[in-house]
Amino acid sequence: MGALSAVFGAEAVGEATAASGWFLENAWLIWLFPAVSFLLILLFGKRFPKGGSEIGIFAVGASFVFGVATAIQWISEVEGGGSKGAEGEYALGAGALSLAAEGESSGGVSAVSRSITWLTNGAESIGAGILIDGLAVMMIFVVTLVSLLVHVYSTDYVAGDRRYTHFFAFLSLFTASMLFFVTASTTLQMLVGWELVGVCSFALIGHWWEEKPNSNAALKAFFTNRVGDMGLIIGVSILFFAAGTFDVIGVNEAALNGTMTHTVTLAAALCLTAAVMSKSGQFFLHTWLPDAMAGPTPVSALIHAATMVVAGIFMIARLYGVFFEGYSIGGSSLNLLALIGGVTTLVGASLAFVQNDIKKVLAYSTISQLGYMVLALGVGAWTAALFHLFTHAFFKACLFLGSGSVSHAVHSFDMKKDMGGLRAHMPHTYRTFMLGTLALAGLPIFSGFWSKDEILVGTGGWGFFGGTDANGSYTIMLVMGLVTAALTGAYMTRVVYLTFFGEYRGHGTPHESGPRITAPLWILGSLAVVAGFINFPPGFQLVPESWREKFFQWVEPVGVSYFPSIKHATPSWSLAIVSVIVALAGIAAAAYYYFVRVRAVSPMATELPNGPTRRWVLARAGHSVLVNKYYLDWLYTRVIVGFVKGPLAKGTNWVNQHVIDRVVNEVGTRSVQAGNVVYHKVDQLVVDGVVNATGKISDASGEELRRMQTGKVQQYAAIMFIAATILAGIFIIVI
Amino acid sequence: MYLNTMLLLAAVLFCIGVYGVLARRNGVLVLMSIELILNAVNINLVAFGAFHATVVGQIFALFVITVAAAEVGIGLAIVLLLYRNRRSINLDQVDLMRG
Repeated sequence: MGALSAVFGAEAVGEATAASGWFLENAWLIWLFPAVSFLLILLFGKRFPKGGSEIGIFAVGASFVFGVATAIQWISEVEGGGSKGAEGEYALGAGALSLAAEGESSGGVSAVSRSITWLTNGAESIGAGILIDGLAVMMIFVVTLVSLLVHVYSTDYVAGDRRYTHFFAFLSLFTASMLFFVTASTTLQMLVGWELVGVCSFALIGHWWEEKPNSNAALKAFFTNRVGDMGLIIGVSILFFAAGTFDVIGVNEAALNGTMTHTVTLAAALCLTAAVMSKSGQFFLHTWLPDAMAGPTPVSALIHAATMVVAGIFMIARLYGVFFEGYSIGGSSLNLLALIGGVTTLVGASLAFVQNDIKKVLAYSTISQLGYMVLALGVGAWTAALFHLFTHAFFKACLFLGSGSVSHAVHSFDMKKDMGGLRAHMPHTYRTFMLGTLALAGLPIFSGFWSKDEILVGTGGWGFFGGTDANGSYTIMLVMGLVTAALTGAYMTRVVYLTFFGEYRGHGTPHESGPRITAPLWILGSLAVVAGFINFPPGFQLVPESWREKFFQWVEPVGVSYFPSIKHATPSWSLAIVSVIVALAGIAAAAYYYFVRVRAVSPMATELPNGPTRRWVLARAGHSVLVNKYYLDWLYTRVIVGFVKGPLAKGTNWVNQHVIDRVVNEVGTRSVQAGNVVYHKVDQLVVDGVVNATGKISDASGEELRRMQTGKVQQYAAIMFIAATILAGIFIIVI
Repeated sequence: MYLNTMLLLAAVLFCIGVYGVLARRNGVLVLMSIELILNAVNINLVAFGAFHATVVGQIFALFVITVAAAEVGIGLAIVLLLYRNRRSINLDQVDLMRG
């Protein structure tokens, strides 16, 4: 893949530079296609022979083609060494739109930024536009590719659904919103895109809303996200008032050049972190994500694994100046962002162990991997985080679509009851699922290995690994990352055994899914293998130097005013070997338990009859903590809501009855007495008297005046003339 | 030609107009009387304009004439509708608004 793209890049450089940049400057078309498709499907979808799905596939396909073209142009620009004088190149006046074109050119990488004036409020004019750089191009590629594959997959998976057309309409809207979000040039646009993807997520989780749990899950997702969205709104407002602009580049520059004080930047970063915690499922606002699996599986793959949940990661990466300064990432050894990421990655990985629903395992795994990304951003390993986002999108989408394929065959998501032994029945699903699993576990060659290893290196923990020149020494984060690596290997081994090995425990005979399901699986499975080759580490001697660090060169903005100058850790063989050993240890432990011990009991068995949770109190206690998801849902619904309803209510009731009530009663009694006095003396006599008098006077005068209203025009005229004469008389006498 | 001659003429015209408005029963005649009142005002405007040697008075008179034309147009339309509905334009019979 890396080699292929390099060839593409080289070819593009050879072409005439005049045409270069058209796709970059018109990247707004990429989100326009699916946006138009949404309207078309909604209005006319049912009249089309395939229920509108063909419109969606065509639109997203067009977006994908444009996205690839944009990527090629961007790469050629980067590889070309930024020799372009940006101003003349981009200043294309077009129609009535006033185009502000600027090329932030320095150090060879220029972000293409175009905007129109969206609205003017007094002296403040708010722009809207596109900001295309390596980050946006990478996100466009991921979103359009996964979305396209999910569209194709869905035509089989949700075939015959009663809201088939509706489903594709929302897929289109989601794709448009996400693309709008990643190409946004202002924080205000990002806010709009952020909310739009949230709405689409809500609608698609609740796709089968007739069943109460599904609509509950949709509501839970929506409300949990609202908590974070408030953070985003406040954060964007703080940034606007502190930096004086909504412009992403302007905000980053203001944070980096000291226009904003450190305190303000920290406050903004904290608010934005709340938004990341809800949208990207970080501990302790992650609880909506597993429940979101109530939605159709393609939705889980697209929205809740590959794209929407990484919106938070993207937002941190986009506004990295704010986060970098706010949390003082360079040169510290602990900060909130890294800590949230670290805790999340551990929490997610440990919870993935005890789920019996295959999609929920994957959901917790997603939370864990998102934690990795936040951790990486927290320790300053910007490229590593986005590289992991890139590889994770492919292998996790592959795993989700694989689980969908399995459930398509066995009509269930319960691994213990209805799966097992599917390896023989579903060879394609099994093989692609294995590719995704190996990538997720981070074994060498597979894509997850390269990206995860880069994150671990980026923590800069423990100098003796040789991972030097990192932004700080985050030893705790390194330990958390390594423990998670072991846990990841173990829980994926469990999933693979319960799903594909042993003997089939469900009903009927499962069959392999059709080509529209297996083709996307194979594409994603292949990407899960090769996507990592796009970013070989700098010291990797096995490939030519021109193949190394491509992703870093293409995506990370270097030497520009809106991006902090972060350091890049030198990778080390020793850390890579340790992380692989750790992952293998996790896999081996789980493999011993399932493939040896459990299988020895019976091919149908899913656990040992006298396993550790049966024998040891401590293990049982730990297990029940995990089964109850660290009691977080319990905490939210029982403790926080229940505390208000239960003990707190009782306690306050007593205080209420005995203390407050006495006071209240006393006050009440006195009030009543005072009220009686006031009532009889003031109200009845004075106030009512006035009111009644007013009424009576009005009534009486009305009765009198009524007679003047004869309806005869000439009498009115006479009165008018008489009055005018009198007034004129007064006028003459007075003057 | 004295100013007071003109003012006297205007005053006479005005009084005739007022009499017509108050005393006539016929809607059309009432409208015509209103025109007399307005024209009395016009004479005043022009007379004072000439007295002060300016054209402002004449310009105002032109405006008054324009407004009067519009007013009488609406007035006649009302009278016409009144006639169609009641077969009469006697204003004494039009007292729907009596309180």
